[in-house]
Amino acid sequence: MKPAEAHEHGEGRTEPFVSTRNACKLCAPLGASVAFRGVEGCIPLVHGSQGCSTYIRRYVISHFKEPIDIASSNFSESSAIFGGGENLKTALDNLIRQYSPEAIGIATTCLSETIGDDVRLYVDQYRKSKVGKKTPAIIHASTPSYRGTHWEGFQEAIRAIVETLAEGGESNGSINLIPGFLSAEDLRHLKEILTAFGAPFTMLPDYSETLDGGTWADYQKLSTGGTAIESIRRMGGALVTIQLGSSLEGLKTAASCLEEKFAVPAVTCGLPIGIRENDAFFEALREASGAEIPETFSRERYRLIDAYIDGHKYVFGKRAVVHGEADLVISMASFLDEIGMVPVLCATGATPGNFEEKVRCALRHSKDEARIMEGTDFATMLEESEQAKPDIVIGSSKGYYLSRRLEVPLVRVGFPIHDRVGGQRILHVGYRGTQQLFDRIANAFIEVTQGTSAVGYSYI
Amino acid sequence: MIEILDARKEQVYEKGKEGGELSCEKASVAGSVSQRACVFCGSRVVLYPIADAVHLVHGPVGCAAYTWDIRGSLSSGPELHRLSFSTDLQEKEVIYGGEKKLYAALTELINAYHPKAAFVYATCIIGLIGDDVQAVCTKVQKEQGIPVIPVHSEGFRGTKKDGYRSACEALYRLIGKDDETTVSGRAINILGDFNVAGETWLIKEYYRQMGIDVVSCITGDGRVDEIGRSHRAGLNVVQCSGSMTYLAKMMEESHGIPYRRVSYFGIEDTAEALYTVARYFDDPEILRVTEELVRSEVARVYPEVARYRRNLEGRRAAIYVGGSFKAFSLVKALRHLGMKSVVVGSQTGNKEDYEYLKEICDEGTIIVDDTNPLELSRFIQEKGVDLLIGGVKERPIAYKMGVAFCDHNHERKIALAGFEGMLNFSREVHDSIMSPVWEFSPAWRRRMDVALEATGKVKHETSGSARTR
Repeated sequence: MKPAEAHEHGEGRTEPFVSTRNACKLCAPLGASVAFRGVEGCIPLVHGSQGCSTYIRRYVISHFKEPIDIASSNFSESSAIFGGGENLKTALDNLIRQYSPEAIGIATTCLSETIGDDVRLYVDQYRKSKVGKKTPAIIHASTPSYRGTHWEGFQEAIRAIVETLAEGGESNGSINLIPGFLSAEDLRHLKEILTAFGAPFTMLPDYSETLDGGTWADYQKLSTGGTAIESIRRMGGALVTIQLGSSLEGLKTAASCLEEKFAVPAVTCGLPIGIRENDAFFEALREASGAEIPETFSRERYRLIDAYIDGHKYVFGKRAVVHGEADLVISMASFLDEIGMVPVLCATGATPGNFEEKVRCALRHSKDEARIMEGTDFATMLEESEQAKPDIVIGSSKGYYLSRRLEVPLVRVGFPIHDRVGGQRILHVGYRGTQQLFDRIANAFIEVTQGTSAVGYSYI
Repeated sequence: MIEILDARKEQVYEKGKEGGELSCEKASVAGSVSQRACVFCGSRVVLYPIADAVHLVHGPVGCAAYTWDIRGSLSSGPELHRLSFSTDLQEKEVIYGGEKKLYAALTELINAYHPKAAFVYATCIIGLIGDDVQAVCTKVQKEQGIPVIPVHSEGFRGTKKDGYRSACEALYRLIGKDDETTVSGRAINILGDFNVAGETWLIKEYYRQMGIDVVSCITGDGRVDEIGRSHRAGLNVVQCSGSMTYLAKMMEESHGIPYRRVSYFGIEDTAEALYTVARYFDDPEILRVTEELVRSEVARVYPEVARYRRNLEGRRAAIYVGGSFKAFSLVKALRHLGMKSVVVGSQTGNKEDYEYLKEICDEGTIIVDDTNPLELSRFIQEKGVDLLIGGVKERPIAYKMGVAFCDHNHERKIALAGFEGMLNFSREVHDSIMSPVWEFSPAWRRRMDVALEATGKVKHETSGSARTR
């Protein structure tokens, strides 16, 4: 540890801190904004101060490296006193005029929620004032940053989208997939997998193009791509909804909403990372589609097992700190466990309540050593790491704070990745994504061995 | 064609066309996707570089999380500023109040990190839930024996500029604490440089060579004790005038310290800044050394800049930055590279700033206050821009339009101030414009074709490289 960095250590304490030091989470409107950009022609509108939308834009851009326009209703002192209704309506007018969006996704903030702004009422009034005129779909997600994290905001926005747009009707034989807060590359791969199964499907949200598109010939007001609103409307007539994320089970989500309103059964799988989680996911797809698992993926699976065997000695017994959203950590822990690594510290900034149980459940070989922490932060993780003595950190760019001080490698996964290019293109899911993760982790250890060797072997 | 909202039309001006005074210093239009942040952002950026203070953001977690270690402000010692502390208010505290949590958080952080001071940023909801931040700060200050200062930075209470003001008020409370330490008769404070990528150090070194002492840098590589004796300097040298003039004026009034506005971006402005200080102290020896310093630095830097200029001559730039003072310098610096500024805007400029911009810009230049992505994309296209200077939020707009980009915001890791900075700036601009990757961009190709047609030359061929170093 460098001297300057030693200075910043919280010294000699045993009781936990009240304050959050280097948060392992972001606020809910960020997640909602990303989810809204996964709907075709949808622009997010953050109902609060100007800074909220600007900070969120800056953060999302730092990861995806794409334009993301997020509007703000731009509260002033008088809106904080008298309510933000007028600002919201002006914002809706201006957005429609400038962007001609197909949908506007309103995410509330701590400010508008604290003053008790009735956004539902404002939106109703707005709609009534526009009778006879073509207006975009208006979706409202309640996302105060004092409740939950960016992950909850993401899920809440998807729930609100489905709640607002999905309709019932005859069964259309389609599969709904709610993929979780994943990379653009993950979303593309999930679509490839579903396409290969041959059944029609709707994946919501889909920001694989809107937040990771190609270069443009002309400036696009709203980047193209996203789940079509027409498809979302038909989600009520699907055969099944598969939601990815172990911690979603039992929560009020888009999938549970479709189940309640339209009797579309909900199936929850973990994020498909590792053989075990992928087997469960592919099995769910097999059942839902009635089609056998396409051979490409069976082959990828065998190739992955082959790679596990080829590389098992590099990773066995290695101790990992894993951090990020609860779902990501749970599935990563399961994957690390199945390759013989020890997830000594599994940490999330969120407080889903069932995190410890889910992680323990995922660990078959390394239960005893794992320290599992929810509602934690990076400073605490660093302090915990002194005991845990990890060999590697696995998580977002924010984990560099740990990696640098512990002098162990960081394998970057999740969000945000803003100290490397290509964060939006990291593939985590599927047998293929797991293969890439396995290679990166094994290579990180080989690199340490090589780099610390006095000999400098070029053959390891 | 992208439409400019009616409510914004007076915030756009094209030199040479009709139109009177540019409207500015007003709240962003709701729904306009402003590039501005908020009051909190203004306070946070100004105070952030103070490296031996605890910066505690009081409110829900977002504001602290988005500002964790995002700036390139360096410290030569402690690095407390690079940590992100939040009271991370939850629903129950929003209902029952956050004072207890604030008190506990402040106390534990001061005990654990031993800062020289603590700043408490009150974010949007703090006033609304009735927390008396001042009372908690006073109590902790008394108990802990260090300054504990509330920063009133509720996001909705104005614009980023109001945040600067709150930061200045907070800083002012640190000033005047130390009347003991010896301060020389030729000493200044550097105001409004934030030591991004070590820029304060570059500038301090110039002053050292000139025989001028620096009492305090407010706030680059900032220290609480230095700020505490800053009232004993002879002169305040203010860069980033938008954020720091307010503090300079307060210090002038209370401590009789005059101030000068300067800029360290570009060759002339850096030289002028140093001469301004040299002239103030009115010592022939200082003047002589300054002349020598400027001469040798210009002699070192200029040939290099000229080398870059060969490839950049005639290119067009758009500038969109936070403060307009920086925009002035950039217009001048780009001229040294043979480049024309065809779009110039800022988030927080005032009337005088824009009048001055009108003066120094060429005919046809668009001057804009508080613009947004759609307008920017329109201006860039209309004016056939080759380079955009801005921050992270502007970068993808440029790239999608096949336009080169130079980051001139606080997140950058490359020093752009001083003579050395001019070299880095030239290199940044040059390398982005001259990259051959643009040849694959359809937007870039079309712009080249339009430009070549306008000059009556042939259309752009893919085979030849744009790179001629």
